[in-house]
Amino acid sequence: MPDLSRFSPLKPVLPWLLLALGIAAPFALSSYDLNLLARFMAMGILALGLVLIWGHGGILSLGQGVFFGLGGYAIALHMKLADLPAGELPDFMVWSGRESLPFWWAPFSSPAFTLAAIVIVPTLAGALFAWAVFHRRVGGTYFALITQALSLAFATLIISRQDVTGGFNGLTDFYSIFGVGLASPGTGSMLYWITLTLLCGAFVALRWLLASRFGILLRAARDGENRVRFLGYNPTPFKVAAFAIAAMLAGIGGALFTLHAGVVSPALIGVVPSIEMVVWVAIGGRYSLAGAIVGALLVNLARDAVSSAFPELWLYLMGALFIFVVTLLPRGLAGMVKGKAA
Amino acid sequence: MDALFLNQLFNGASLASLYLLAALGLALSFGLMRVINMAHGEMLMLGGYLAWMTLLVVPGAMGIILAIPVAFIGAAAMGGFIQSTLIRHLSARPLDTLLATWGVSLILQQGARDLFGAIGVEVRAPEWLTGSFVAFGVTLPSARLFIIAIAALVLGALALLLLKTRIGLLVRAVNQDRMMASASGIDVKRVDFTIFCLGSGVAGLAGVMLALLGPVTPNVGQSYIIPAFLVVVMGGLGSIVGTTASAIILGLFAALAQIFVDVSVAQMLLLMFVILFIQVRPQGVVAVKTRQLDA
Repeated sequence: MPDLSRFSPLKPVLPWLLLALGIAAPFALSSYDLNLLARFMAMGILALGLVLIWGHGGILSLGQGVFFGLGGYAIALHMKLADLPAGELPDFMVWSGRESLPFWWAPFSSPAFTLAAIVIVPTLAGALFAWAVFHRRVGGTYFALITQALSLAFATLIISRQDVTGGFNGLTDFYSIFGVGLASPGTGSMLYWITLTLLCGAFVALRWLLASRFGILLRAARDGENRVRFLGYNPTPFKVAAFAIAAMLAGIGGALFTLHAGVVSPALIGVVPSIEMVVWVAIGGRYSLAGAIVGALLVNLARDAVSSAFPELWLYLMGALFIFVVTLLPRGLAGMVKGKAA
Repeated sequence: MDALFLNQLFNGASLASLYLLAALGLALSFGLMRVINMAHGEMLMLGGYLAWMTLLVVPGAMGIILAIPVAFIGAAAMGGFIQSTLIRHLSARPLDTLLATWGVSLILQQGARDLFGAIGVEVRAPEWLTGSFVAFGVTLPSARLFIIAIAALVLGALALLLLKTRIGLLVRAVNQDRMMASASGIDVKRVDFTIFCLGSGVAGLAGVMLALLGPVTPNVGQSYIIPAFLVVVMGGLGSIVGTTASAIILGLFAALAQIFVDVSVAQMLLLMFVILFIQVRPQGVVAVKTRQLDA
């Protein structure tokens, strides 16, 4: 492994340098590139959650796409309803012969409800799911397999209920958010700022959380769950809380992604995308918050570049990346920067 | 009892035999090494393609019989290759093994797509498998009866192997206490390797069965492997009896649920059923009693 720790004098200024670059981006990039960057940053928010549960909690989730999707669909429902003249149904419902709005769509016409749902629905869903599995002390590989089944079930359910979810094509064609036109000048930059702020906020909050007593207990439970029990702690609430926080971040990331991409569909949240989310973090470094953001940006940039030119090459490349990172570089890029001592 | 119920009961039995064939290899190596091979679904796919190729070389009625050993050996060889080049080196890190083998699975799927095309290939079942029987007012397709019979045969052979042979003795020893088995001179790595090849071979054989039911596509394994993972979760560590029981329970549950709801809701219900089940028995259907805390 190349040891990059000799660059460490740069380390204290590096975060500020990156932040300055992030703030400057809207002035330097074309609106297309800015939109792309904003999408990847939204994915970075999700990646931060994976560092919390996978890196520090030892909980591998192959189902983060579900929570990403919950946030994404929440905001998509709102935008679908907001663009409609009163009393009309979204186009795809009309096409599939529905005559009335499903009851669970209706509250999403309220912006406040939608914002609350983006945060609360994934968090609650994550907490309930994690509690159901962890409180009976099922974990590790079993948990990973169950989360994968969850993401398969969720994506299949959305595809099959075409009349109320938009099915395989998902929801798209959004024109405005909270009364602001998505195509109007300045909206792109504004949404970018919001994404950057939330990303930085999540980063700082998780840094604090991981350094706190909570973080210490989470790592202790990862390394020796039974020892933690013998010391008089119950690790279950810690793991459930960590999973719920990661689900919340995934939901927020999903909502922002949907705003930037203008679409949410099962193809973005199913089994394969859910595992791709893990590869971002694996490459960036599962223990490092900054690494996860860098990983999410780099992998998605590479994906964008490779898959537009050679679509079939991307799956080979991703497969090889998984094998390479896990076998030879378990600490990811962040491990290379920090050197062996880290 | 009406015909629909009986029909779904029969479909459940045939689904259960497929889940069982797909899950046996997973469960055996999970019991020994505590790792899950995410590329196991691609062993099903490989078996399917090998059956297709065998039938190209040997058309005729006996082609499918010949395809079974071909698929078994081919998938076993591929499994052995993955185990010895990748999994062996990761055996202390179960979650990393999961991810690395997922990478293998992606590469194998894309490889199949490039070699055989994305649409898939059709295996024509021989005539003696295309008919059907009628019993109690239910039509039983011969192909599905054949699959149930093969699953029962494989299960019987595995039980004999584990209970009556020397290699079975070694496998059970490593399953019970890996460290102690190693200390008493058993070459645990070789046992791991053998069981891994065996499990992959069984999955390859399952692939031949899938080829009898529908076209072989690059992701044919994916639709069976996730239920098979759930079978392993529910079965209990490395227990053949537990795996069989949970394959039957989940196969019947999935088929019977489809009387009332569509396939996608049935899938959701299946997952909820497994989560509810581990509330009652987190150790699985059959638990090996042990004093070990971190098994």
